[in-house]
Amino acid sequence: MFTPKQCFIFMLSMFSAVVHAELEQEIQGPKLGKPASEEVIKAWDSSIFPDGKGLPVGKGTVAEGKVLFKAQCAICHGPAGVGGTAEELSGGEQGLTGEYPDKTIGTYWLYATTLFDFIKRGMPLMAPGSLSNDQTYALTAYLLHINEILPADAIMSNENLFQVEMPNREGMIWIYPALKEEPNPVSGN
Amino acid sequence: MTKKSTETTAPKNRSTTNKTVGVNDINNNDLSSTEILPVAGGGILDRRLFLKRSLIFTTATLITESSVEAAAEGISPTNSGQSPSMLKPGNTFSNYGLPSPYESQTIRWVSANAMADGNGVSWCPLHELEGIITPNGLHYERHHNGVPDIDPANHQLLIHGLVERPLTFSIDDLKRYPMESRICFVECGGNSNAGWNKRPVQAAAGHIHGLVSCSEWTGVPLSILLHEAGIRPNASWLIAEAADGVAMNISIPVEKAMDDAILALYQNGERIRPENGYPLRLLLPGWEGVTNVKWLRRLQLTDQPVMSRNETAKYTELMPSGKSRQFTFEMEAKSLITSPCAGQEMHGAGYYQITGLAWSGKGKITKVEVSADGGKTWADSELQEPVLSKSFTRFRIPWKWDGSLAVIKSRATDETGYVQPERDVLVKERGRHGYFHYNAIVSWEIAAEGYVSYVYA
Ligand code: HEC
Repeated sequence: MFTPKQCFIFMLSMFSAVVHAELEQEIQGPKLGKPASEEVIKAWDSSIFPDGKGLPVGKGTVAEGKVLFKAQCAICHGPAGVGGTAEELSGGEQGLTGEYPDKTIGTYWLYATTLFDFIKRGMPLMAPGSLSNDQTYALTAYLLHINEILPADAIMSNENLFQVEMPNREGMIWIYPALKEEPNPVSGN
Repeated sequence: MTKKSTETTAPKNRSTTNKTVGVNDINNNDLSSTEILPVAGGGILDRRLFLKRSLIFTTATLITESSVEAAAEGISPTNSGQSPSMLKPGNTFSNYGLPSPYESQTIRWVSANAMADGNGVSWCPLHELEGIITPNGLHYERHHNGVPDIDPANHQLLIHGLVERPLTFSIDDLKRYPMESRICFVECGGNSNAGWNKRPVQAAAGHIHGLVSCSEWTGVPLSILLHEAGIRPNASWLIAEAADGVAMNISIPVEKAMDDAILALYQNGERIRPENGYPLRLLLPGWEGVTNVKWLRRLQLTDQPVMSRNETAKYTELMPSGKSRQFTFEMEAKSLITSPCAGQEMHGAGYYQITGLAWSGKGKITKVEVSADGGKTWADSELQEPVLSKSFTRFRIPWKWDGSLAVIKSRATDETGYVQPERDVLVKERGRHGYFHYNAIVSWEIAAEGYVSYVYA
């Protein structure tokens, strides 16, 4: 027998099969897409998920991150992540419910994987894509440390980054889809 | 969070009033000569007067020094009565036309990061524009790390993940697909966010509310390509990624992608401008700007959102409870009076045309009410055709300003029945620290001296 959830998923896939079939009749493209090879997909696929899927192999320490941050990031983000022209990266003392809430990595971010991903994609802004995986793990470790999430001797890697418990992990309510029948695939509720 | 209209809406039938006024009696701004009865407080007149009467409107104009100088110089007719431009050949043709040099004030207002000049926004000068289409060079911008230089010959779109057939498409390939055009707005989730401040900021209307623009976008319905790739039944999200200097990425529900998403190649008839995503932009009608990924290079079908920085740390709205709203994709109904508005100046008591823009990410605008007495009474404005779903709609209503302090505001209703909220209602529900999705009613205060300022009223 099916559980209600399985039933729902089954019905959903039946439904989408029907929709797809109708579409096929309605709009037929010229089908010019070229098959993408495994290598191309592997080279292009940079997505990193909260469960750690997609994290590249590598590791780095808080101490290494501190040195890198001073050299490459402090100019915009300020020493130790506060007081620069760009976003504050630490110092979230006010929490989220006060008169002047602080939305920082420590108080607001949901997943440590997001931090690695964002630094790897775009930082430092004048040389995006220039950081190695090890450097990115080190910077992530350092930022998590100055946000009081990791101890000073922490080492971050593809094996443990996704296990870091972020304080605001349960802090968000999905507005879309409004009538969600399935549990939130990420938070499970 | 809709607000019931408890205020008196003025009666629509003004036939008795019309009878008392001769057609030509009111074609001047002399208020004492005749009496057109208002349909709402503060001197709001029947919207149908536009058609029936030859009202001459005074217009609020931009506060600039150059316009004052020009007015002082005046026109200089020659002896024969011809203007100087008639006495010599004009300029030659141009390969690509530019606005008149006399319109040099109609520009975007750039606000970039001091250390990284490709990070920030530029505001669309809504207070300078008419109609519903934003000229391409004035469409608002939000870039995270500048405008990338992309040669379309080297650009590819990859569709992969939970699909039967991972595929790549060149721009030339995409140009051979069936296309569709759609006029719709794109609005940054952070537009109007100064409204969350305790005190209203003072700037021209477009510099407060101009992170929104409206264009005719043309491209390939995304559903055709997703169908070609063959979506697996367990695919519920689509991660879109840009080819810019932050590889901007964001998760989008597959439902939306299959519904009305377009892979846009053209904007207002020409290829999309670099700052708006050249050569390829994901267009999601009615959804917040950040999901309309520019410089699109990759679409990955998944069974979960990727939880990127721009859907967690940013573009989420902190509420008073300490919890935040996430995946608030739809832009809720909003309207804005663009004349008279902050940044403009009145020229004495008289007849004015109140005009502005309304839009909703949920569908068509069905009604825009205007008040000239700070919201005590409201009257329906004229909605100018075309009134399109998820597009700017232009509204107009005539107004007789008596020259005393007045607060004018507009209130939009969309086809779902949603009514644009007053600021206090919005703030009560969401607090002041949501940062994004501010869509409260905008109030302009008109001082007796003619200055227009942004107020919370
Ligand atoms: C040239 C200035 C500059 C430099 C150098 C720089 N950043 Fe940034 N950073 C920015 C700006 C500007 C933003 C905001 C980006 C946006 O608007 O999307 C940002 C955003 C971030 C964020 C996201 C903050 C948030 O709350 O969303 C992180 C994390 C970050 N930077 C880390 C780093 C790290 C690590 C380095 C060094 C490797 C670095 N940055 C170097 C300018 C800079």
